[in-house]
Amino acid sequence: MVVVQEAPSVTAPARKPRRKGDGRAAALYLAPAGILLAAMLAYPIYQLVLISFYDYGQPQAAGNAPLVFLGFANYADLLSQAQFWTVLAKTVGFAGACVVGSLIVGTGLAVLASRVRSLPRTLLFLAALGAWSTPAIAASYVWLFLFDTDFGLVNEVLTGLGLPFEHHSWTFGTLGAFGLVAAEVIWCSFPFVLVTMYAGIKGVPDEVLEAASLDGASVWRTSWSIVLPMVRPLLMIATVQSIIWDFKVFTQIYVMTNGGGVAGRNLVLNVYAYQQAFAGQEYGLGSAIGVVMTLLLLSITGLYVRSQRRSAAWL
Amino acid sequence: MALAVRRPGRLIAEAVTIVIAGLIAFPLYWMLLSAVKPPGEIQSANPKPWTFSPSFDSFSRVLTVSGFGRFFLNSLLVALAVVALSLLLSFLSAVALTRFSFKGRTVLLVMTLVAQMVPVEALTIPLFFLMRQIGGAVPAFGLNELGSLVLVHLAFSLPFAIWMLRGFVAAVPVELEEAAKLDGASRMRFTWQILFPLVAPGLVAVSVLAFIHAWNDFLFAKTFIISKTENQTLPQAILVFFKPEDTDWGAVMASSTLMTIPVLVFFVLVQRRLVSGMAGAVKG
Repeated sequence: MVVVQEAPSVTAPARKPRRKGDGRAAALYLAPAGILLAAMLAYPIYQLVLISFYDYGQPQAAGNAPLVFLGFANYADLLSQAQFWTVLAKTVGFAGACVVGSLIVGTGLAVLASRVRSLPRTLLFLAALGAWSTPAIAASYVWLFLFDTDFGLVNEVLTGLGLPFEHHSWTFGTLGAFGLVAAEVIWCSFPFVLVTMYAGIKGVPDEVLEAASLDGASVWRTSWSIVLPMVRPLLMIATVQSIIWDFKVFTQIYVMTNGGGVAGRNLVLNVYAYQQAFAGQEYGLGSAIGVVMTLLLLSITGLYVRSQRRSAAWL
Repeated sequence: MALAVRRPGRLIAEAVTIVIAGLIAFPLYWMLLSAVKPPGEIQSANPKPWTFSPSFDSFSRVLTVSGFGRFFLNSLLVALAVVALSLLLSFLSAVALTRFSFKGRTVLLVMTLVAQMVPVEALTIPLFFLMRQIGGAVPAFGLNELGSLVLVHLAFSLPFAIWMLRGFVAAVPVELEEAAKLDGASRMRFTWQILFPLVAPGLVAVSVLAFIHAWNDFLFAKTFIISKTENQTLPQAILVFFKPEDTDWGAVMASSTLMTIPVLVFFVLVQRRLVSGMAGAVKG
C-alpha cells in the first residue's frame, strides 16, 4: 500500500537565458508570500532583538511606563544565572538524545523495511504514518496515560514482572521525565527519517549492489562503503530537520511535565523563555533567551547550507 | 543459492518488522481502547489491554460538556484557511523561484531555507505584541481572533512549502512551456492550467504538512486566544479534562482520539503522494 514512488529527479535547473519581463513577473508572483514573511517572520525577529535590549515588563507592555534601554544587561543577567546554564545543558542533551534516537530508529527501520516483503513493510509504514499523524498534544496525553503513576499500563506490566514499579512516578525525576518526553518525541519524529531514508535506500541502483555482492563484499561492507555514501545527502537533511524540530519542542515538554516540572527542573529553553515572558512578565529577558535560541539554530543552519552547497547542486 | 541461504533470515526480519509495527501502533490502540472503555475500567489499577463492554460514555462527556464542537470547528477553520493560502502562495513563489530568472534568485532561495530554521517559538513574544497592534487596525486578525492564528501558521508553513514545491516545479520540462507558448498560451494560463495540475503530488504534500502544522498548534493558540473562550482551538478543549491531580482520562483519551482522526484520515487518503512528495522534496 505504501510505495515510494519515483520522485521527480531534480538536477540543477539549466540556466535559462534571462527573458524580458521575468523580473517583473517574479516580483508579482513573490509579493504575497514575501509581504507575509516580512511581516510575520522578519519583523518579529527584528523586534525580538530590540526587546531583548530593554527593561520590558508588564507596565512597558501596557504602555504605562517609559522604556529603559539596558543594552546587554538582559544578556549579562541571563548568562550569570546558574539556571540558564542548566536549562541550556538540558536542552542540548534532550534535543541531542531525540535527534540521535530518531535517526537510529528511523534509519534502522528503513534498512529493515528495504529487506522484507511488502506485507510487513506496509504494516510498518502504516504504523509509522499513524504515529506521525498523531497531534503532539494527543500523543503527549496518551504517553502520559501509558506511564501514569496509578493507572498506567507500563507500571502494571513492570510490577507484574516483579519489578519495583508500583506507583512509580515517571514524570517526577528529571531523568525519568526527560526520558519519557524523549521517547514520545522520537515516536512522533522517526517516521520522517524512516520515509526519507527508505527513499534513499531504494534509490541505490540494484546493479551496484549486485556488482558488490559478486565481488564478494559482505552486507556490512556494502552498507558502509556503497549505500551510506549514496544516501549521505538525505541523511544530512534528516539530521538537520530533526535538530531543528527537536530543539523547538514545546508542547510535549509543557504538557507532559506540567509546564516544566516542579520548580522548573525539567525545562528546555523554549519553555523557559515562555515562562519568563508570559508567567514572569519579563519580556526583555524572555526575548534574550529567544535570541540565544535563534542564534544557536541559525549557526547549525549555516553549517548545513555550507555542507549542502559543497555536496550537491541543490540551488 | 544465495536466495536459499537468505530465506530464514528474511523470515526473522519480517517477524521482527511486524512486532515493531505493533509496538509503534500500540499507543494509538491504547488511546482508542481507553476512549471506549466504560468509566470503571479506565481508571483501574489493573488496566487490561482489552474491553468486553465498549461504551461511548467518554465521547458523550466530551461532546456534551465542553462546547467541543465549537473548538473542533475553530481548529478546522484555521487549518483549512492555512492550507488554502499556503498552496496558493507557495505555488506562486515556487514558480517564480524556479522558472523565472532574475537577480537575487539565489539569495531568495537561501532565505527560504534559513527561514525554516528560525525557531518559531522564540518569536512568541514579538508576535504577541504584533497581533495586539494588528488588532487595533484590523480586528479580525488581532489577538483573540482566529485570523491571528491563520497569519502565524501561514508564515511558518510557507518556507518549507516553497522549498518543497520547488523541486516539483523544476521537474516539469522547459519544453512544455515552450510548446504552450507556441500554441499561444499566456504565461498566466500556462501557470494555472498546465503547471498547477502537474505538480499535484507536491501540492498534496504541502497541504498535509500545512494542515498538521496548524492543527497541532498549542503554543500560539494558548498565547493569542486569551479572553475569548469561544475562539479557542482543540488543544484547549482537551486541557479542560486534564488536571494533574484529578484527570478524567476517559475524556482526555476520547478527545485526543477525536483530534487524531481527521489527521489520520487525511494522511491515509494521501499517503502515497505524501511519501513521494517528501522524497521529491528531500531529493530536491
